Amino acid sequence: MKCNFTIIRGAIATVAIGATVNASAQVTEVPFYFPVAVGGPITKYIDQFATDFNKENPTIKVAPIYAGSYQDTIVKALTANKAGTPPVASVLLSTDTFTLIDEDAIVPIDNFVKTADDKAWLAGFYKAFLLNGQVGGKTWGVPFQRSTVVMYWNKELFKEAGLDPNKPPQTWAEMTAMAQKLTKKDASGKTTQYGVQIPSSGFPYWLFQGLTTQNDVILSNEAGTQTKFDDPKVIEALQYWMDLSKKYGVHPGGIVEWGTTPKDFMEKKAAMIWTTTGNLTNIRSNAKFDFGVAMLPTGKKRGSPTGGGNFYIFKKATPAQQAAAFKFAKWLTQPERAAQWGIETGYVAVSPAAWDTVALKKYAADFPPATVARDQLQYAVAEFSTHDNQRVTKALNDGLQAALTGSKTAEAAMKDAQREAERLLKSYK
Amino acid sequence: MLLPALVLLAAFTHYPAVATIIDSFMSTPKPNRPSVFVGLDNYASMIEDPIFWQALRNNLWFALATIPLSVGLALAMALWVNARMVGRGFLRMAYFTPTVLPMIAVANIWLFFYTPTYGLLEQIGGLFGLPSQNWLGDKSTALASITVVAVWKEAGFFMIFYLAALQSISPSLREAAAIEGAGRWFFFRRVLWPLLMPTTIFVLVNAVINAFRMVDHVVVMTRGGPDNATSLLLYHLYEVGFKYWDQGYAAAITVVLIGTLATVALVQFFVLDKKAHY
Repeated sequence: MKCNFTIIRGAIATVAIGATVNASAQVTEVPFYFPVAVGGPITKYIDQFATDFNKENPTIKVAPIYAGSYQDTIVKALTANKAGTPPVASVLLSTDTFTLIDEDAIVPIDNFVKTADDKAWLAGFYKAFLLNGQVGGKTWGVPFQRSTVVMYWNKELFKEAGLDPNKPPQTWAEMTAMAQKLTKKDASGKTTQYGVQIPSSGFPYWLFQGLTTQNDVILSNEAGTQTKFDDPKVIEALQYWMDLSKKYGVHPGGIVEWGTTPKDFMEKKAAMIWTTTGNLTNIRSNAKFDFGVAMLPTGKKRGSPTGGGNFYIFKKATPAQQAAAFKFAKWLTQPERAAQWGIETGYVAVSPAAWDTVALKKYAADFPPATVARDQLQYAVAEFSTHDNQRVTKALNDGLQAALTGSKTAEAAMKDAQREAERLLKSYK
Repeated sequence: MLLPALVLLAAFTHYPAVATIIDSFMSTPKPNRPSVFVGLDNYASMIEDPIFWQALRNNLWFALATIPLSVGLALAMALWVNARMVGRGFLRMAYFTPTVLPMIAVANIWLFFYTPTYGLLEQIGGLFGLPSQNWLGDKSTALASITVVAVWKEAGFFMIFYLAALQSISPSLREAAAIEGAGRWFFFRRVLWPLLMPTTIFVLVNAVINAFRMVDHVVVMTRGGPDNATSLLLYHLYEVGFKYWDQGYAAAITVVLIGTLATVALVQFFVLDKKAHY
């Protein structure tokens, strides 16, 4: 693998030399990687942002580079970083913060926050969105495309089942009871419509974190060196998820695919689903029935993890490039632009000021479900993230899937995951 | 004259192969911990890695199922569409279509075939009153489900080779056999099969390589889940290399994977070659 890096390094160096020769002395180039993780013409919006910014700032040239999924983007950014020429800025998962710090790839945003205006800007974000980017007393990532888990419910099916279509479940007990009424079976005893569906493929930990937060337990410490998978409250939360299917039969058995869950909802195969706010625009344009968006129900309390991507600035860029990237980050997250971005994509606008803009106020008045994610933010926690994040997360995911497919009990699965996480995190303590 | 080719081969094949072997004896470099020689440590952690063993086991089952099924199916299809009949061109095209489609697209189509409650398989099963089945979400069926996709994708490709070989066999052989009173099965077993042997070897080598190389559909359909039930060696290698950034360990897995493949290919060539007529 090192070999490949060497060759790429050579290729990139050649390109880089070409770029420096071409660039005129005053213009600062800012290559900017971004992923696309939701539907819609995202690349077009980003290109437009860059064009507008470059017009306002003739001395800076932001060059947006579409880099694939989140996973593709971090692979490209870190490979380029190892080769010595990373992008100047990139949008990457908020949970990648520890990885990026451990690879010594990024610089804290605080380095650039100098004026009172800068300070007010950084303090202007929703606190819940800043959490994942804050490590060791510093802020490493600027919230940009952020989301959270919400519940969608089918009002038509609620009516059919004799439930009030305007009252989604408020607690776990209510969710179970309503889901029982919403589950339908055909003559042969086969379930044709499930009451509730929480996807578990790919990244089950994210949705599980909704359940654990509601059960009043945080999965990891802030330093990212300790997990609590074997806490009785975590096991209890997993047991509740398993019981939905095994005990009550109101949730599909086995692993539920993340990608087809919105479709299951639109096909009326599931009356309530948990998924990201990022699916709002998709479901709004494709569901042929009246639906509602609600905060996740409460267990011991309300709760949901945040998700999505932050804006990072890379260490190996020149100070001029870093300053230019900071300027771009600040420009991108101004209230009007954050509002526009939120309306176009379904991501949650990242600051209270954005929600005070005329555009977003009008949008929220036309389409009240858009505000649910924002209102839930006060209960939101940081998305699960530790050092050696992908490996530790995989240990948790494997444990969850083992329990959900019935090959381990909730307790055994979480104890195994905890043991693996402790082994992985030993060297970071 | 051969220099350009040699340079390219050395730069993109030989040097990386050698560098990978060297890397597999080194620790993964971190910003404050440069790469050091660790001997067989990476191989030791491979032996202790339960996911590696599971991926290897999965991969062996995957290979054991895809190779005979796809090759057998390819031969059967080739024999069939080689015969004179109406709509032959259409049938050939139909068999070959899965090969032309990109694996990512194929996997997405199959994802919806397998979808519980309203997927294609469920709808067909529903007609016969079969119980609902979560094909990809159940540890006992997930691996078989992705194996079927691979067979479906590969059989058409191998069919083309068999078809080409069948067409190069002189029709006079069939006539001669008919005059001698040989039955169709006898003709296939004693005439066609031996003449097809070189093609079979070629196809087998490819099938073995593909069995260890195809992972696109795993990425799209299951991402190795549930609980590693569909994790194949190459997918595990990708995770170690590009998700965990554990370069040394990834290099060690690469060495094992390439070593295995090279051995199998060599054995195939030397053993089966003796049975082939060229």
